[in-house]
Amino acid sequence: MNTVIDTTDRRIIAVTQGGLPLTPRPYAIIAAQLGLDANDVMTRMQRMLDSGAIRRIGAVPNHYALGFKGNGMSVWDVPDDAIKEAGQTIGALDFVSHCYHRPRHPPTWPYNLFAMVHGRDRAEVDEKVRHIAAILGAKNRGHEVLFSTRILKKTGLRIVG
Amino acid sequence: MDTRDATIINQLQGGFPITERPYAEVAKTLAITEKELIERLENLLAEGLLSRFGPLYHAERLGGGLTLAALHVPDEGFDRVAEQVNHFPEVAHNYQREHHLNMWFVLATETAERIDEVLTEIEQKTGCRVYNVPKIEEFFVGLRFEL
Repeated sequence: MNTVIDTTDRRIIAVTQGGLPLTPRPYAIIAAQLGLDANDVMTRMQRMLDSGAIRRIGAVPNHYALGFKGNGMSVWDVPDDAIKEAGQTIGALDFVSHCYHRPRHPPTWPYNLFAMVHGRDRAEVDEKVRHIAAILGAKNRGHEVLFSTRILKKTGLRIVG
Repeated sequence: MDTRDATIINQLQGGFPITERPYAEVAKTLAITEKELIERLENLLAEGLLSRFGPLYHAERLGGGLTLAALHVPDEGFDRVAEQVNHFPEVAHNYQREHHLNMWFVLATETAERIDEVLTEIEQKTGCRVYNVPKIEEFFVGLRFEL
């Protein structure tokens, strides 16, 4: 589902996707930059928040810098008719930051459930992955954990412009 | 970073108000001044403990395309392929991972149609088969950090 956004919304997105101004009246600053009225900017951002075009507004932690160095992409082969329940259960765990149903590419890639697991080190991630395996029980037909060894690029999503 | 910074990170991962003086409002709930909150956020950003402070947009809801894709890249050509893939401005993140599929990248495009075009270009440029794994369903996205 796409939200209806107009060119003014897109201009607001372009100047805020990197962050909000750290000044007492951030929305007034954005409005001044774009030649808009502060109330118009706030109304538009509230509308985007209500419609889900903005997921949330706040602090985006850098988990590496905060000591969560063991990030593992756990991937699972779950029967298709069990994926919804499995995804909802695993996605609700507090150490899982992202949980998706994604397509398989057999035979190279048999996995259809992705759960990003965070821990302070690999041992902690491995322990949490065992916890997921215990929850899935017989619905887990195979899994792996892919640890990242290097960040090759990280610019963040540039949605507009 | 002290306990007050940890509280800020824990409590401010969402819900920042859209009002005239939002920092003042949040500062009040933390029993600190507006000025102190702004300074602490500046420091957390400068030290890299926060990668950003502001709205997190939902690319697909804005009409854009988003996907995760993987390649198997032979060791000897790895850095060259990384450079070729990173060269595309649509590649937002790219990670080396320990697996036969050893390069994983996130693609964000301004239109949904552009995803397939870029993936084809990446295949042609790198000579590596692209395994595209766009999300079929999202169960959870968010970070629930408790420091």
